Amino acid sequence: MEKKANVLVIGAGPAGLCAGIETGKSGAKVIVIDENTRPGGQLFKQIHRFFGSEQHHAGVRGFEIGEMLLHKCKEAGVEMMLSSVVWGLSPEFRAGVVREGKRSMTITADKVILATGASENSLMFPGWTLPGVMGAGAAQTMMNIHRVLPGKRALMIGSGNVGLIVSYQLLQAGCEVKAVVEILPRVGGYKVHANKIARLGVDILISHTVLEVRGRERVEEAIVGRGDRNLRPIPGTERTISVDLVCLAVGLTPLSELAWLAGCKFGYFPLLGGFVPLHNRGMETTVSGMYIAGDASGIEEASTAMEEGRLAGVGALESLAFISAAEADSRRKEIEQNLLMLRKGPYGDFRHKEKEKIYSEWKKVKEKAGGYH
Amino acid sequence: MSGKRLKKRPVVIIDCPEEIPCNPCETVCSQGAIIIGQPITNLPVTDEAKCTGCGRCIPVCPGLAISLLHYDYSPSEASLTVPYEFLPLPKKGQEVFVVDEKGRYLGKGNIIRVIPPEKNNRTSLVTFSFSKKLYKKVKYFVLKRENLIDETRKYEPGKK
Ligand SMILES: Cc1cc2nc3c(=O)[nH]c(=O)nc-3n(C[C@H](O)[C@H](O)[C@H](O)COP(=O)(O)OP(=O)(O)OC[C@H]3O[C@@H](n4cnc5c(N)ncnc54)[C@H](O)[C@@H]3O)c2cc1C
Ligand code: SF4
Ligand code: SF4
Repeated sequence: MEKKANVLVIGAGPAGLCAGIETGKSGAKVIVIDENTRPGGQLFKQIHRFFGSEQHHAGVRGFEIGEMLLHKCKEAGVEMMLSSVVWGLSPEFRAGVVREGKRSMTITADKVILATGASENSLMFPGWTLPGVMGAGAAQTMMNIHRVLPGKRALMIGSGNVGLIVSYQLLQAGCEVKAVVEILPRVGGYKVHANKIARLGVDILISHTVLEVRGRERVEEAIVGRGDRNLRPIPGTERTISVDLVCLAVGLTPLSELAWLAGCKFGYFPLLGGFVPLHNRGMETTVSGMYIAGDASGIEEASTAMEEGRLAGVGALESLAFISAAEADSRRKEIEQNLLMLRKGPYGDFRHKEKEKIYSEWKKVKEKAGGYH
Repeated sequence: MSGKRLKKRPVVIIDCPEEIPCNPCETVCSQGAIIIGQPITNLPVTDEAKCTGCGRCIPVCPGLAISLLHYDYSPSEASLTVPYEFLPLPKKGQEVFVVDEKGRYLGKGNIIRVIPPEKNNRTSLVTFSFSKKLYKKVKYFVLKRENLIDETRKYEPGKK
């Protein structure tokens, strides 16, 4: 089977849905494709209220933002293809798709917007393969999507926002959180998130890491210890914690294999999660007509993912002549203003700087290749 | 906080110490008692004189960082209203343990009022009373004391 579209959006998280809405409402034929049975990406397991401004649905719970976006996608006439994995993408924008694990098909598109999100990082230590050691995101999916309690007594590794929020949600689900360990000498995530669990009695052990997890058939206990300034364990500081669940919240990596396949140039930006496809301010990669948005373009947040999805959409619309250059510029200006606001403060400034680096790297590559086409 | 204002009626207390991009507390307060302005990463500033103690800002805060303190709940007791997202809900009159910002036990308290979760999109508001002497330290309450750990804790929310 073969299908055609003006715009193919890969990934139906906040970035992909917003890209779909932006392009669909201006008349383009848009397909949004996602491997899950439900669209929404990360949003559907986020049962907590989100930060942001009114226009980014602050104070609204993540899954409700997802529902709102879905509704708008429908209104914009976007075709949603679920349970469909994109396994390949050629530089001519032919996407290989497997539907429901059996039927295969191709989609050819004029423009592609990659909004594939991120994957969770792992961490290796003796015992890390025991059942009961899992990604924090996996634990969250078990609890909030499948309603299965992943354990009764948990240890969280990592104190970024993901570690802190999932700890809080484990408590809500009725699991005891014995401790959160953090190798750095400070808590990584927002203090308000840390305070939520600290006042409920959860120990946040900074300058600590997990050394080993023990158990016969599954996790029975974890050994944690203090680390020195070079992040090496200090002998004699070990402690045993009796747990049956060890969650890893040690960062995310942009999921951008399809950009490699399509021939995009990459750069290494560790503060944004690792290798990131180079892109310009309008989210276009080094392959003309291919855009990237959301966590796939550098790990940030749902609010920035939504704005980036829109930006990518505006670029696609303009180059397909669905909107005028003037209209595109005015939409871009507004979105860039929002992004500027979201990339402020102690958790935002560095993201702004890294993004600027990505834009200038993109420019260098394009100039070398002989001008912009 | 001015002592006089604190005594009259419940007043908002915000514990939001970092410049994060967030402002629903400002948007929801019809009294203009919470100011953030632009950029929205500014810290919220409260104007106690304008705060009527309505409590509307409590459930919208994604940081669960807003509470309402009533110093003169009774001659000997103060009360605190906090957002609560756990089940089972405590019952009116139930005895609870009041804790500080690090979950350390401070003393006993009593549940005065529970606004069920349906009213505020799944966030309950719980008001509990405790000895006036503790009013500066009390941040939250817990139902079971065995949840609490001892004082050898490493994390200092005040330090970063
Ligand atoms: C615990 C936790 C709490 C968070 N809290 C907040 C918060 O309070 N506020 C906030 O702003 N942000 C928050 N975030 C971050 C936010 O969820 C992410 O930044 C955001 O979801 C990124 O959006 P995205 O669209 O780029 O990717 P995702 O939401 O990850 O969506 C990508 C989608 O693409 C699909 N996909 C990937 N590859 C393929 C393929 N080859 N074929 C088909 N489909 C594919 C994936 O399955 C997924 O559905 C939180 C994240 C976590 C994990
Ligand atoms: S309690 Fe009411 S009046 Fe006071 S700051 Fe909150 S919303 Fe405003
Ligand atoms: S809503 Fe809460 S977290 Fe957001 S700025 Fe206001 S007090 Fe801070």
